[in-house]
Amino acid sequence: MQNQATLQKREIIATALNRQAARGERSALHQRTRLWERVIRYLLLMCGVVSIFTTIGIVVVLGSEALLFFTPPTWIDSFKTLQEPITATATELAISGAGTPLEAGEIIRMVNEEMRVVSVDAAAGTITVERAINGTVAAPLTAGVDILRADSVTLGEFLTSTQWMPQLGSFGVLPLLNATLMISAVAMLVAIPLGLSAAIYLSEYASPKARAVLKPVLELLAGVPTVVFGYFALTFVTPLLRSLFGIDVVEIYNTASAGIVVGIMIIPTVASISEDALRAVPQSLREASYGLGATRLETVTRVVVPAALSGIVASFILGVSRAIGETMIVSIAAGAGPKFTFNLFAGAETMTGHIVRISSGDISYNSIDYNSLFAIGLLLFVITLALNILSRAVTARFREVYQ
Amino acid sequence: MGEQVQDRQSFVPGDQAFQDDLRRRHRRAKRWQVFFFASLVVGLLALLALFANVADEAFGTIAIASKYSEAEVLAALSEARGVTVEGPLEALENDDLAQVLALYIPRRVPVIVRDELSRVKPEDFTRVPLREALAGATLPPDIADLTISQLSLEQQTAILSANLTHDVLYARVLNDVIGLDILKSWTLSRTLFDYAGIEAEFQALVAAQDPPNPQLKPHSWLNSTFVTGTQSSYPELAGIRTAILGTLWIMALTMLIAFPLGVGAAIYLEEYAHSGNWLERLIETNIRNLAGVPSIIYGLLGLAIFVRALAPISSGALFGFNEANGRTIFSAAMTMALLILPVIIIAAQEAIRAVPQSIRDASYGLGATQWQTIWYQVLPAALPGILTGTILSMSRAIGETAPLIVIGASAVIFVDPSGPFSKFTALPIQIWQWTARPQEEFRNLAAAAIIVLLALLLVLNSAAIILRQRVSNRLRG
Amino acid sequence: MMSSNGDGRYAVQIRHLNVFYGPRLAVREITMPIARNKITAFIGPSGCGKSTVLRAINRMNDLIPEARVEGEVIYRGENIYRPEIDPVEIRRRIGMVFQKPNPFPKSIYDNVAYGPRVLGIKDRRTLDQIVEQSLRQAALWDEVKDDLKKSGLALSGGQQQRLCIARALAVEPDVILMDEPCSALDPIATERIEDLMKELVVDYSIVIVTHNMQQARRVSEYTAFFTTDESRTGELVEFDRTDKVFSMPSDPRTADYIAGRFG
Ligand SMILES: Nc1ncnc2c1ncn2[C@@H]1O[C@H](COP(=O)(O)OP(=O)(O)OP(=O)(O)O)[C@@H](O)[C@H]1O
Ligand SMILES: [Mg+2]
Repeated sequence: MQNQATLQKREIIATALNRQAARGERSALHQRTRLWERVIRYLLLMCGVVSIFTTIGIVVVLGSEALLFFTPPTWIDSFKTLQEPITATATELAISGAGTPLEAGEIIRMVNEEMRVVSVDAAAGTITVERAINGTVAAPLTAGVDILRADSVTLGEFLTSTQWMPQLGSFGVLPLLNATLMISAVAMLVAIPLGLSAAIYLSEYASPKARAVLKPVLELLAGVPTVVFGYFALTFVTPLLRSLFGIDVVEIYNTASAGIVVGIMIIPTVASISEDALRAVPQSLREASYGLGATRLETVTRVVVPAALSGIVASFILGVSRAIGETMIVSIAAGAGPKFTFNLFAGAETMTGHIVRISSGDISYNSIDYNSLFAIGLLLFVITLALNILSRAVTARFREVYQ
Repeated sequence: MGEQVQDRQSFVPGDQAFQDDLRRRHRRAKRWQVFFFASLVVGLLALLALFANVADEAFGTIAIASKYSEAEVLAALSEARGVTVEGPLEALENDDLAQVLALYIPRRVPVIVRDELSRVKPEDFTRVPLREALAGATLPPDIADLTISQLSLEQQTAILSANLTHDVLYARVLNDVIGLDILKSWTLSRTLFDYAGIEAEFQALVAAQDPPNPQLKPHSWLNSTFVTGTQSSYPELAGIRTAILGTLWIMALTMLIAFPLGVGAAIYLEEYAHSGNWLERLIETNIRNLAGVPSIIYGLLGLAIFVRALAPISSGALFGFNEANGRTIFSAAMTMALLILPVIIIAAQEAIRAVPQSIRDASYGLGATQWQTIWYQVLPAALPGILTGTILSMSRAIGETAPLIVIGASAVIFVDPSGPFSKFTALPIQIWQWTARPQEEFRNLAAAAIIVLLALLLVLNSAAIILRQRVSNRLRG
Repeated sequence: MMSSNGDGRYAVQIRHLNVFYGPRLAVREITMPIARNKITAFIGPSGCGKSTVLRAINRMNDLIPEARVEGEVIYRGENIYRPEIDPVEIRRRIGMVFQKPNPFPKSIYDNVAYGPRVLGIKDRRTLDQIVEQSLRQAALWDEVKDDLKKSGLALSGGQQQRLCIARALAVEPDVILMDEPCSALDPIATERIEDLMKELVVDYSIVIVTHNMQQARRVSEYTAFFTTDESRTGELVEFDRTDKVFSMPSDPRTADYIAGRFG
């Protein structure tokens, strides 16, 4: 007594399925191969794996190029030349020229021959050398040949020397790191109070309507390209600082201006993450505080902010990480040329600024300049990665508390 | 603090001390509220200052000098034609402009023909017939077999008039005849509020330098020649067409690479990866970490991998193009794609996660396979969200400058990019280069370019907002 | 068209079914048949595992990553949990209607045609035919026949649920599982769905989960009563003809539940 229409419909579907069955499928309920589904699944997995290759690429590229940077020897100009021609066997050489004096034990190179300095007679302007070391061949040399000295950058020198002067072979990253940290510090001095206050206002005071307008406007700041911020720093903030503190005090390129603008740039980062953390604090906590007769300020400072602290701290850490990695603002406004200074009104080049300046000029692959970029990049990568991981660890703790 | 608490315990509502304390607390609360609000306002003011500063620099007044004045040129032209030709110069027809060139710089006319139209090597230009030298140009048949040196000035001028665009001819007249020179520029705010001061400065300038045909005139650095013209060392003539085209090429290619990869990865992570195995967890963590890597690091990656290691591919040599090196649009797009990939993945993941599970259940419940469910139900529902996220990531990529500089896009480029293996420049690069120049005029140009860049961003973001509106409407039914 | 093998009286047989969510045992040792062309009702307090058992019948639990099933569900003489069985095919033959109406954000037509389409039916006229018949079976045709292009989400809650039923009917399942199909609906819409079930049971076997005793009594022929033990694991307390369960329950817990003394 089955419904006629239903029977008809069953027929149609059965026909459709039989057509599929004819395409080589087995028992009605049994698994189909569905090759296409499996292929798609692996293709999609490959899309995800691309991101792993990106990371591997970053680590390998930075690591290997930086390794070349730290691998001795690098031949640099000693600013000295051979004063008189020598034979293939002579061991006493007269030299002339300026620059840092040679030292006993040092390896030098003239044309294709490497020699070890045995002793130096500064007064006579001569040195005694051991010829043809490291498997090189001794040969007569003419006067005026440049003397190159071996220089290797050690990790220790890289991390502790306060001089970055590639032409003199000194590669201490501290001037660059110092400028980076100084700018980040100024930036955080701007972004923390302003960003956190803005977050508090948006989350605790603003009416939903006001919030709906103010928050997107604040987020516009985050959408402005950094090169535009750089322009702003150079053409607005720097003149402002110069008119406030005096043209003689504030240089055209200075870290203060760059730092302030970097700070403005990261206000939205700090504000929006802090605000999320503040809003995640359960309403009941606020009500409890009001119930005890606290004012709104007291509720905010003694209950809400402490409860959201890990989220807020995470936003600060993320802000620092962005400030350290920021490139265009500092390359435009902070000045060119590494300088180890604590003067905020003087120019100093940051790590990122240095990478930009060197790579925008003519550099040849495999030069020490080229490799040094990757050493700086590696340091930058390690610092920002550590900060990002730290920030996420802090956030994860905060999630635990409220779920 | 402890003391204070003890004090409070002794308070009784209505007690004078209690009332005073309450009033004090409220005052303090009020002060801080004002401070919080002020902080927000400072952020907004900074934004306002930024826009105002850009507008201030992009418009204003300039003082120019020129070898000849417009009136002189028009008069000479009228005399040559035997009729009165009405100005301004910019409104003249092509043949009039070409005539001006012939009148003032007759000996440079063949040179202009060669610079603008030649298809052969410079040293061959005077030797081969025009048919070959100017292949593709409109030529009267009777002169096609002659060389350029065999033509009369009139014939050469006719070639210019017939083959060059109005803009190029006009630029040539300005550049080569009038010899425009910007002496000084003033900002919009000075123009509006201190025009007397500008005029005084102008007079002093004229008195000191005695330039030919000095003129003070209002000027918008953002104008049609600027948007459609190519790079030039004369600020008055410099344009950003090449940079805009470069940016568009890079963006299109970046999206072509990053969108499918990003959405694919997001689908995998949201729809397939539930077993929580090490690979899936690694991908997930890795993406979060990549999102925090400074963009300049991607630049170094692109430099070492795409520009250098893959030079045969990125220079197009493998495909028969002959760029000298790998600093091409292809390398830029690959680098940018890797840069925004995590952003797209995270946005797409969120959009996919927002699709209600009930839709998936319904689809599976009907006997759909997993891919059918994803393709016919999940993706269409998530698409507006995915597109919104993608557009926002695009607007981040458009403004990215550092990676492009690092992969070596800092050369001054005069030719429009023609494909993935062209050398290129891009809008933000152009802004950066102009900002770095000490002359005020180039700052003005940078400001005008910034306005173009911001306009581009505005268009993108509006598109994103409209899409978001659409999605919320759609989910409401 | 009836099943060729297996016991002709039963559409599905559940045997010694255990379902785990992660380490937790959610239901224990369920053994019961689902009668062919009859309505079987699942009743019991919240959290006793009614939905869990229901979803085990068409392998919807596969979609929950941490869910694990032990025991057998026999359909057409085969245990559907054997590895060579295709869950996709099982779900086509054992359809499901959910608690909250969940039409796709597409037109009414596309909602109903989706199932046949994923089965590979592309011919427009065939699809039209299936859509019309399914909507008629779900007693929705007269209300929507003029605007099949309208979004399924634009219908009222009761209509949406009938659309979901039509959508399930379009792939011609043998069994239809309904998880509290009326809980989001008003009494009038509920009555229509109940009438609909009574019509459909001629052609299909139906399982319905409900919290409404009256509904179970009104529509079903068999009733299964589940409850939880001390460790919050669900178990089947009583399975029998509906009139028997409601008039002479053999277990005191059933009597208590029906009388409204717990749950
Ligand atoms: N996805 C899941 N993951 C983990 N535990 C689950 C999941 N779904 C259900 N459970 C647990 O399994 C048990 C049975 O749930 P089920 O949804 O089957 O109960 P129910 O009888 O349908 O309840 P209700 O009447 O409220 O719908 C409950 O204790 C529930 O918490
Ligand atoms: Mg349930």
